[in-house]
Amino acid sequence: MSPSILFLAHVSEAGNTLPKISYEVLGAALKLTKQLGARLTIGLIGSDVADAAETVAAAGADRILAVAAPDFATARYASDAAAAEALCRAARAELILAPATSRFMRVLPGVAHRLNGCVDTHVTSLEAVNGELCAARWYYRQRIEGVIRRDARPWIVLLESGCEAAWSESALTDTARSDTASARASGAAKVEEIPVTLPQAATRTVVSGIRAPKSDAQTIRPDANLLFVAGAGWTKKQADGKPHVDQAETLILDFLRASGASLGGSKSLVDQTGESQAVLGFMTHLNQVGQTGSTPRHPKGLSTCCHGEEPHVVGWRFINERRAVNLDPNCGWARGKADVLYVADAFEVMAKLNALLVQRGRTSPEAALQGT
Amino acid sequence: MTNGYHIVVCGSIVPDPLQTLEPVPTPTGPALKNEMMLPAVLDPWAAHALYEAANLASKVAGSKVWLVSVGPKAKLQQVMMTIAQRVSFELVPIDSSASGFADAHSTAALLAETIQSIAGLDRSRLLLFGGWESASRGAGATMQLVGERLEILDQFQGVDQLRVLDDAQADGSFEVLERIEGGRHQVSVCPGPPALFGWATGNLPEPRNNPQVGMANMRTVMPALQRAKSVPLPAGGLHFLSASPPKQQRQTRMVKDLSAEQMAQEIAEWIGK
Repeated sequence: MSPSILFLAHVSEAGNTLPKISYEVLGAALKLTKQLGARLTIGLIGSDVADAAETVAAAGADRILAVAAPDFATARYASDAAAAEALCRAARAELILAPATSRFMRVLPGVAHRLNGCVDTHVTSLEAVNGELCAARWYYRQRIEGVIRRDARPWIVLLESGCEAAWSESALTDTARSDTASARASGAAKVEEIPVTLPQAATRTVVSGIRAPKSDAQTIRPDANLLFVAGAGWTKKQADGKPHVDQAETLILDFLRASGASLGGSKSLVDQTGESQAVLGFMTHLNQVGQTGSTPRHPKGLSTCCHGEEPHVVGWRFINERRAVNLDPNCGWARGKADVLYVADAFEVMAKLNALLVQRGRTSPEAALQGT
Repeated sequence: MTNGYHIVVCGSIVPDPLQTLEPVPTPTGPALKNEMMLPAVLDPWAAHALYEAANLASKVAGSKVWLVSVGPKAKLQQVMMTIAQRVSFELVPIDSSASGFADAHSTAALLAETIQSIAGLDRSRLLLFGGWESASRGAGATMQLVGERLEILDQFQGVDQLRVLDDAQADGSFEVLERIEGGRHQVSVCPGPPALFGWATGNLPEPRNNPQVGMANMRTVMPALQRAKSVPLPAGGLHFLSASPPKQQRQTRMVKDLSAEQMAQEIAEWIGK
């Protein structure tokens, strides 16, 4: 009997599609299905999955299963665990692939325990080598890369974003499109609903909403092309012997507006909030990049006033093109951690850079938007 | 909450972040070169969980904090010399591997078994705290596995804030802020214990060392460490095919002789590419 793979996803907050990363994981699932000669099942969770199911109907899955009811609209551990468990049991899959969204990161390890299986998170690649599945992931916060295999099944694997090309219906070949059209016509894409009744204990917690900064104050932009990192140097004494925090705030916010970049911070900078030092008002622990912060995925990164020490730079593991502006030519960035190091005063360089970006934005709106 | 909370914090030890880490093969899988020689710290996210636990316990009379920590006894002792000076807790040490290469399932089983055996722990008042990830394995899975073993259905991960709603209608419910994508928080209301919280950074600064707290803690920490039994950690069906540091070393181009304007021009062109 051929092995079985379950691609598990939840609907996006908008409710009519899947999160972007889900289509990347679907791409990985389809690749493995082909390599292993496996059967693919798609499992969806949400309040109403009809629209989301349409977006993956042409993927060629043997079955599309769903747990759909208002109880599963929001990301709550108890209800999500019940839904995911029901889908996994119904699919009887040996391998379960899911996107590493916050919703699934919260719940799928617990589901692995319920299934008497195993789980691996933050996986960056999953390949079949001689018929054996091998997963790669990072240990010690992106400082050591390990390749592993597991004996236990089912094996739940949460894949990180940016590791696979996203699957899309438009990318199908004519033959594949014709195959999936006939499959759809024969009813293979029909969604089978799996009933789940939640016990009272599973509805104790109530998700009351999302708290987000106002749109003009939102500095974290996961889809931006550029990560802009501000280090503690922005709040230190400058050449005149005084700190210029107000000026730093203006320069950074102007740059974020003009470039559409996402803002990151070093630990030493974000920690200043709790140490009653002069701080950048918009910088919080959510912006922190590095060993005890996030590991964002943007094609480019620009670091300013940050020393580029190892605990911070491990958060840059998935930033391909890196540049830094720092007064110290012996900083960490100079030691093979950045492609280009500008030895200069970031206040001066950023002021000039902002002026250039604004000027370009005036003459060519497209140019200004390239960074968004 | 009249009787207070029983807060159990799961927190392991990790190598000091400034140390260079090099993997070496061993018969049981990869390990860190000179692992026993590397200075260790309490895992940063677990440390936040501990500080938040102590802060909550200080506000709710009758609460108690346990720190369940897995690691080699000697390393635990070294780390406790610092941590014990910051907040009050009762240490429940487990003399076992704190390696990032250890299996999350095996570690979770060990933690759950230990928590179940804590004398006087009232599971109906239990708040299980820990880091949402560790700086070693970084899986973000261990706490959920422990929670499942302890049959805790209200679980939260990436927690930055836990607020006890003490107005008349709320009846001691918690408002919980969990990190989600895009720099936002999901807000949930949980009616109370038992519940599990995997902490992100929280909002508290690192507590200052307090020698009096340290002396009080050490009265129980040292005997607990002496009593800790060595427990082997099974591989749990996890096999490492390789473990290696990243090979990529960039050829950094140093730009010193350009004016600020020229540098800005170069950066603007690079951003626009």
